[in-house]
Amino acid sequence: MLQRIRNAPTRYGLVVVVIILLLGLPTVISSFQAGEWAQALILAIAIMGLNILVGYSGQLSLGHGAFMALGAYTSAILAHRYKVDYLLTIPIAGLLTGIAGFLFGVPALRLSALYLALATFALAVVTPSLIKRPVGLTNGVQGIILLPPDPPQLAKDAFTIVTGRAMTSDQWTYYVTLAFAFVLFWLAWNLVRHRAGRAMRAIRDGEVAAAASGVNIAGYKTLAFGISALYAGIAGSLYGMSTGFVNPDTFPFSLSIQLLVGAVIGGLASIPGPLIGGIFAYFLPIYSNQWVPTQTWIPSQIASAVEKAGPAVTYGALLIVIMIFAPNGIVGLITGSYARLRRRLRGAVDRESGQAPPESQTA
Amino acid sequence: MNRRVPRDFVSCIAGETLFKYAYVFMNFGGPLMARTGRRLAALVTFLVTVAACGSTTPAPVVATDVGITSTGILIGNTNALSGVAAAYGTISNASNAYYTYINNQGGINGRKITYKILDDVYNPANTVTLTKQLVEQDQVFAIFGGLGTQDQTSVRDYMNAQKVPQIFVYTGATTWGLDYTQHNYTLGWIPSYQAESHIYAKDILANHPNAKIGVLYQNDDYGLDYLKGLTDGLGAAASTMIVDKEIYDVTAASPAAQITKLAQKADTLFLFTTPTFTVKSLVVVTALHWEPNIYLNSVSNPRTTMGAASKAGAALKNVTSIAYLKDPTDPQWANDAGMTLYKTVIALCSTCDANNGFNISGVAAAYTMVDVLKKAGTNLTRRNVMDIAATQLNENNPFTLPGVVVKTSANDHFPISQMQVETWSGTGWTLQGSLIDVRGTIK
Repeated sequence: MLQRIRNAPTRYGLVVVVIILLLGLPTVISSFQAGEWAQALILAIAIMGLNILVGYSGQLSLGHGAFMALGAYTSAILAHRYKVDYLLTIPIAGLLTGIAGFLFGVPALRLSALYLALATFALAVVTPSLIKRPVGLTNGVQGIILLPPDPPQLAKDAFTIVTGRAMTSDQWTYYVTLAFAFVLFWLAWNLVRHRAGRAMRAIRDGEVAAAASGVNIAGYKTLAFGISALYAGIAGSLYGMSTGFVNPDTFPFSLSIQLLVGAVIGGLASIPGPLIGGIFAYFLPIYSNQWVPTQTWIPSQIASAVEKAGPAVTYGALLIVIMIFAPNGIVGLITGSYARLRRRLRGAVDRESGQAPPESQTA
Repeated sequence: MNRRVPRDFVSCIAGETLFKYAYVFMNFGGPLMARTGRRLAALVTFLVTVAACGSTTPAPVVATDVGITSTGILIGNTNALSGVAAAYGTISNASNAYYTYINNQGGINGRKITYKILDDVYNPANTVTLTKQLVEQDQVFAIFGGLGTQDQTSVRDYMNAQKVPQIFVYTGATTWGLDYTQHNYTLGWIPSYQAESHIYAKDILANHPNAKIGVLYQNDDYGLDYLKGLTDGLGAAASTMIVDKEIYDVTAASPAAQITKLAQKADTLFLFTTPTFTVKSLVVVTALHWEPNIYLNSVSNPRTTMGAASKAGAALKNVTSIAYLKDPTDPQWANDAGMTLYKTVIALCSTCDANNGFNISGVAAAYTMVDVLKKAGTNLTRRNVMDIAATQLNENNPFTLPGVVVKTSANDHFPISQMQVETWSGTGWTLQGSLIDVRGTIK
């Protein structure tokens, strides 16, 4: 055991540090900030799902907001109308959304990349209107108000022992989200390193070659869609828990774009990428919008344009910067710089050695 | 991020870390322990220490006068500064201009108002987060003038659970005034949509008793609220007078199909539509060579909307609407004291268009807010401010039409219930008749 720990690569240590930091976070920040971080983690889960689809299997989706909506509404309806414990509804919502994604994936397979993007785009645009129709089930435009989750006694006691404060529902939501994020990230990590993940990457990098090697193209593509939707469904369900309110406008088309931007910023086809992407996609628009107007050195025209256009401007600017300086996202930037640093330290022999640059991992 | 971490945080970490490290190494640091294991143990200890020290942060004290200091009052707001409903964003800036004006006069009993406006992009999920930020992090005294029916509904339970005033929300949903008893930290300001519909019903029963009414309404709370008001207001005649009702979604491209259907049966058209759809509807009406009497809801009647419709080719014949505020473009108020004050106030906002009807409503609502805070005097508690606003208002607001009284009582929580019918002259709105009071008719 000890031998295995000692021989483990450095990055495992990093994972442990991140987990411990995330576990301890709510004890040092306020309840409101814990709520914010919960939402960032929720985005990270959804982005992980999108990453499996876009990053690992090479299919583009502009409609993951719709799968989040399905997950959120499944949980909300079960919890509100049928009085099911909200925690129980989360996996149910995930499974149901996964099945829906799988079924959506069947016809979508016939579409090539660009048309698949359009089909999922249509899904994202039409979902808010579809939700409004069955008023008896979804409460129509009024939406469903959910009670804030009450932490169980055990969690309350444990939190009080560590911090001396009472646990709020936001802090509880954070821990629930963290637990789900941990399990889902671990599953994704296993998935991409094993048979299914290798098959998906083979399809991404060369469909014909993969088919020639005996990979079931249709099967794996649909599977990727289903798994990806499952992640989005769980994220949507957690989103409902964290906002305490779901209505059709909670899942606008821009949410799907936010997820895609997060996936690109973090770094496609990487496991830590979605976590970083989620944190960026969540905090960046909020803080840039509140920060820009307070800066006197920014010309007032630019400041007011940013204020009026909202998060779109920040996303746009950032995407351009990322595409220019870090085409493989933040994770790509970090691993790239690390590799370059190591080369430098070992003596810059191979700078002009004609070694091919690392393969671009964009879809 | 850690704004509330106390100054002794660092010393706490230093002290406790030394102690705990010694403890950990004495107990677990035996010869069996590998180097990596010991490092890991040290790391865990450090992180636990950080967590424990953080916990000495005192929980925010919840007092009845959070957000009030001896020199200031902190008030929050969420509005759609960007996105589909960005046209409403200017309302918050106009309110802010009035607070700036009051601050320049010395504030309220020496306290200056800070008005923190956040952009929720008209998305209820954002409203929830931003409202929590204002209440828990910024520690505002109250949230004033929050915009959007769905957005404000999404935080109503939260605000009432936290007992933070959600005061003078900028939406006309009838529920704010009607359900005050269940949610007594939430109150509206603008006239309820149902009250406005009641006035249209009165007007049509008096002037066009044989009208065949066709209604176009938006598929949400706001459209349904207007329609309910009209049906209630017409009473028994509703079933015979309303010959057709057509619905549209905000995501739709154009209401042309619905208007064409309405034109086949009706001779009177009710538009319970937001500005974009209003313009499109009016254009289609003209294109069909249809000349109905048109009743247009007040949320789409600023001159800017009418101008856009006219430019796009709408004839704008026989259009009726209502008003409760003075129209900044109406020449009859040119020398009015209230209008002069409005021009002075709005000049303090560099991005506000003085002729925009939305701005005068932002200023007028802020006037009522200041009035309430002045009335509260030294008893500046959240409960007292809500009680004054919801049950003891009796104010002549200089920006509303003469005769309009902003008023609430123990069993009436709709601050504005008087409106006046107006008709479109081709260049502007002309007020007709006198004020109509529908106080107490909303049930």
